[in-house]
Amino acid sequence: MSEIKYMIFLGCVIPYRVSSFEASARKVLRNLNVELVEMPEFNCCGLPLEPISHELTLILSARNIAVAEREGLNIMALCPGCAGTLKKVNRVLKEDKGLREEINKHLKESNLEFRGTVNVKHLSQVLIEDVGLDGIKRAIVKPLKGLRVAEHSGCHLSRPRKYIGFDDPENPMVLRRLIEATGAKCVEYMGETECCGATVAGINDKISLSLVREKLSHIIEAGAEALITICPSCHLMYDANQIRAERMFNEKYGIPVLHYTQLLGLAMGIPPAELGFDELRVSPEKILGKVGFISH
Amino acid sequence: MSRNEGVNPFRIDPKFRYEVVRMPGGEKLLQCFQCGTCTSDCPVARFDERYRPRNIIRMVQLGLKDRVLSSDFLWLCASCFTCTDRCPQGVEVASVIRVLKNMAAAEGRIPQLFKVQLGNLVKTGYVYEIPESRIKRREMLGLPPLPTGNVEGIIKSIKGLSIMKVLEG
Repeated sequence: MSEIKYMIFLGCVIPYRVSSFEASARKVLRNLNVELVEMPEFNCCGLPLEPISHELTLILSARNIAVAEREGLNIMALCPGCAGTLKKVNRVLKEDKGLREEINKHLKESNLEFRGTVNVKHLSQVLIEDVGLDGIKRAIVKPLKGLRVAEHSGCHLSRPRKYIGFDDPENPMVLRRLIEATGAKCVEYMGETECCGATVAGINDKISLSLVREKLSHIIEAGAEALITICPSCHLMYDANQIRAERMFNEKYGIPVLHYTQLLGLAMGIPPAELGFDELRVSPEKILGKVGFISH
Repeated sequence: MSRNEGVNPFRIDPKFRYEVVRMPGGEKLLQCFQCGTCTSDCPVARFDERYRPRNIIRMVQLGLKDRVLSSDFLWLCASCFTCTDRCPQGVEVASVIRVLKNMAAAEGRIPQLFKVQLGNLVKTGYVYEIPESRIKRREMLGLPPLPTGNVEGIIKSIKGLSIMKVLEG
């Protein structure tokens, strides 16, 4: 019945710490008739290990793409880091025959082969290109009128431009349009395209938490009531690490951070409990009350 | 080591820049004319004065191989790719930095974080150790079981890589 069908790629960060993103994404995608197929086998896309070996990343991504090819399905990744890495490797191996042969030598022993027959998209790309804004608006039963939020698309959704080719990294519009489809107002703020700092979090907390502080201050200045993300790592930085930033700088931000799929789920009338709201570290009670959900 | 330290001509490797140019992502290194767009737009550089992408590129062009590869500032790059997107000369700055990190790693200079992640990968397919509480929470939320890693297949695919030997040694 469903015409939109993808193999879902969860990555590592989501299973490790961000179940709320996966739970809410699956709920809204089901409402939008997007059919998801689980991966029969999985490994990390390779992005976290690219600093130590680019070749390792090529092999790890190619393995996942080859699994999707074997199943005859395109990939939809929830994490923009995974999506960007898989897209980049997919593109490089489709174009460079010599490199593809080289990488296939590594895949052969486990009976996998990269052939270049499938595509990779991020969740937001499936939403805006396959479902479409009209399709999303049709599924909305409880428009979030009066809610003012800010968007943070994250770097890997569109950078590097040369390899990703989706949205405009200097003026991201996709998440903004998706937010506005729910009826909420998406405010503009200073430094909208600035990095969350997640990749340096394990290396240098001072830098990463300074970036969190800067982003949240700009959002508060713009009068937003919540921040909306579409990446599990950005979400961890602004939600879980918001408390750590408050401690480090002795300030109070109190900005709830929602996955876009949670915001959309609310507008679809799905109860917050089913969207993983209990996992949020910064209390969303105020905005839940505002959009008419009684907090528990 | 300070980046302002004088240059010792005997510690210069004039071929270093060509090594970097031959690596995927390093191709455009020699096009850099030191405008500084990368550093002025770098989110990390705003908060840590040790990290200056323009200086790193220049050090590579000058052949300061040891100083670059043994530095700790290399590992501060957030991989946001803002520098790559905005470079007027088409230098993939973030990828040059990644090439340098790969070279440092090949010499055995690898932050502990990556060793742990690689260890997890060959054990489960995931770079993080997924805690039991998360598996329980998945069930509670009605999520399907996690896809399993084909550990045997992963090991077969990557065992020949030189990075694996570095980690054994």
